[in-house]
Amino acid sequence: MPEIDPEPTCEIEDGGGTVRVRLNGRWTATHASAVEKNMADLVAQAEGGRVILDLSSVSRLDTLGAWVLDRTRHELGDKGLSADFTGARDEHRILLDEVAYRGFQTSQPQKPGTIVDFLADIGRSVVGVGKDFAQGTSFFGEIVSALVKVALNPPRFRVPAVTHQLEQIAYRGAPIIALISFLVGAIVAQQGIFQLQKFGAIAFVVDLIGILVLRELGVLLTSIMVAGRSGSAFTAEIGSMKMREEIDALRVMGLDPVEVLIVPRILALLIGLPLLTFISNISALLGGAVVTMTYGGISLDIFLVRLQQAIAFSTFMVGMIKAPFMALIIGLIASLEGMAVQGSAESLGRQVTSSVVKAIFMVIVVDGIFAMFFAAIRY
Amino acid sequence: MAPQSSDPASPNFRETIIRVRGLEVGFGTKTVMKDLDLDVYRGEILGFVGPSGSGKSVLTRTILGLVPKRAGTIEVFGENLDDLPPEEHRRLERRWGVLFQHGALFSALTVKQNVQVPMREYLDLSDRLLDELAMLKIEMVGLKPDAADKMPSDLSGGMIKRAALARALSLDPEIVFLDEPTSGLDPIGAGDFDELIATLQKTLGLTVFMVTHDLDSLHSVCDRVAALGDGKVIAAGPIETMLASEHPWLRSYFHGKRARAVMG
Ligand SMILES: Nc1ncnc2c1ncn2[C@@H]1O[C@H](COP(=O)(O)OP(=O)(O)OP(=O)(O)O)[C@@H](O)[C@H]1O
Ligand SMILES: [Mg+2]
Repeated sequence: MPEIDPEPTCEIEDGGGTVRVRLNGRWTATHASAVEKNMADLVAQAEGGRVILDLSSVSRLDTLGAWVLDRTRHELGDKGLSADFTGARDEHRILLDEVAYRGFQTSQPQKPGTIVDFLADIGRSVVGVGKDFAQGTSFFGEIVSALVKVALNPPRFRVPAVTHQLEQIAYRGAPIIALISFLVGAIVAQQGIFQLQKFGAIAFVVDLIGILVLRELGVLLTSIMVAGRSGSAFTAEIGSMKMREEIDALRVMGLDPVEVLIVPRILALLIGLPLLTFISNISALLGGAVVTMTYGGISLDIFLVRLQQAIAFSTFMVGMIKAPFMALIIGLIASLEGMAVQGSAESLGRQVTSSVVKAIFMVIVVDGIFAMFFAAIRY
Repeated sequence: MAPQSSDPASPNFRETIIRVRGLEVGFGTKTVMKDLDLDVYRGEILGFVGPSGSGKSVLTRTILGLVPKRAGTIEVFGENLDDLPPEEHRRLERRWGVLFQHGALFSALTVKQNVQVPMREYLDLSDRLLDELAMLKIEMVGLKPDAADKMPSDLSGGMIKRAALARALSLDPEIVFLDEPTSGLDPIGAGDFDELIATLQKTLGLTVFMVTHDLDSLHSVCDRVAALGDGKVIAAGPIETMLASEHPWLRSYFHGKRARAVMG
């Protein structure tokens, strides 16, 4: 719309005691700074007496313009002048009445962080960790009691929900986990060969791969991937259901959200994570075998024979035993974070991030504890 | 009311601000509306009625460019929306405000920040003015000042409607689209709401496109009413025309038990 868009201006006529201010142009939000400047100048200049603001040639007035005009009238009033409008058209008069200037007490922006804030932050985090732990424990109790209820009353076991989750976690997750494990197995083999060469001990690379993969790498890689893939998804799903009151809807129907939403997911994780760990183990060994063949010049036969000597069933079991624990940790943290989501999209994002970070951290810590435990019992 | 005239010389001439012609919209195999024509005149309050699920929200969203159309043209402010380059389209969006059926407030921002979003984006305001203007809009729509610093998730249903209206009005738009603004408000609140809309229309020359089921609003503030049914505008005109209509849905809508209760 190519419209002439005259800037707001005012002409000031000083008529001995009475100042007449004639306003021209558009007093609208598009010219906000000009509107404010004109009026600020007026307030600064005016001294004593009476001010008449003549609106008869204002071409357009919107809420911003009206607000600033009425504000100016008040500010002039505060300076001990009397100020009035004249010549306002009907619609402008209504608008001026509608906006009717009044002071708002606005909340002060917080002052920038100081050392005290920093310390307070640390304190809050520590308290937060403690709370997390307590909540985690009570939530764990809720889940266990829901699991027991389901176990005692098998018809309440939601088979479709569990299989659906199992599909999402295990079936859809298998290819990427197999691929990553294959690559990591290959990289470990390549590094092993490269370093062991110096000692002429290339053959020991098979021991290295076998033990490292079965005891630690397989389950760790799987848990980290599952925390990233499925843990984040749980948190987001449960969190967005919480945001839109779907969880409350379940509750008022007499359904326990823990039983309906969380138990199937945790069961699916408990089944899926060991399966994925097994796949990951095999893929990593395969990756190692391929590299030892091509890069280390060890034939597949020799690889297999050495592997048999290097590992025992217990090596395999050390890895597998950890898998359900990892599943429980991931499921617990993901559900807990999901339930902690508040109303905003931002909080959903924060909770998903913290779900993944906490799950991965806890997985690694627990893996370390297991390592110490198995070393202590010489398993 | 005299019949509208499309001849600029006629005394009954009214500028058409939204002109929809031959509109067809559908999802998948389902056609929601077909061959729909609609005119909205500058400075009027148009009430838009129709059964639930008839496509009122979809029509609103199509005019706003949120839902793709299959056929037809939409002109707003005399410009065909399909021909507009993106910058022009953006300029045009500054001139309308929208109240979505479910509020659509930004959940990560407080009410005040929500109202300030369009202001920050399009206007060059001093901090003080930004603050005062946001508070003014919030009070104008009937919210208490202490609601300004609340998050949308802490608001009641009616407060969400009001906050969303404050945001829709934050730039003093020329057209506001309101999707069921008074549903979920108490009758007194709804009355205030209508009054506010009427005041703004008078003072700012606002054009209002209001989807509503509220018979009170239709009677008290709407200059014209249009009814959507079977994918078309089945009737449009001042409320008297609607009352006289023989269409079965309109008859039961305007002459049903609830309508009689309202009209006495
Ligand atoms: N994104 C979509 N995909 C498929 N169908 C849709 C979509 N959005 C709306 N519809 C369908 O279009 C039809 C019209 O919906 P619309 O929301 O416009 O109804 P309405 O007239 O606003 O009803 P109400 O008064 O209840 O708000 C409905 O049948 C709805 O199912
Ligand atoms: Mg709707």
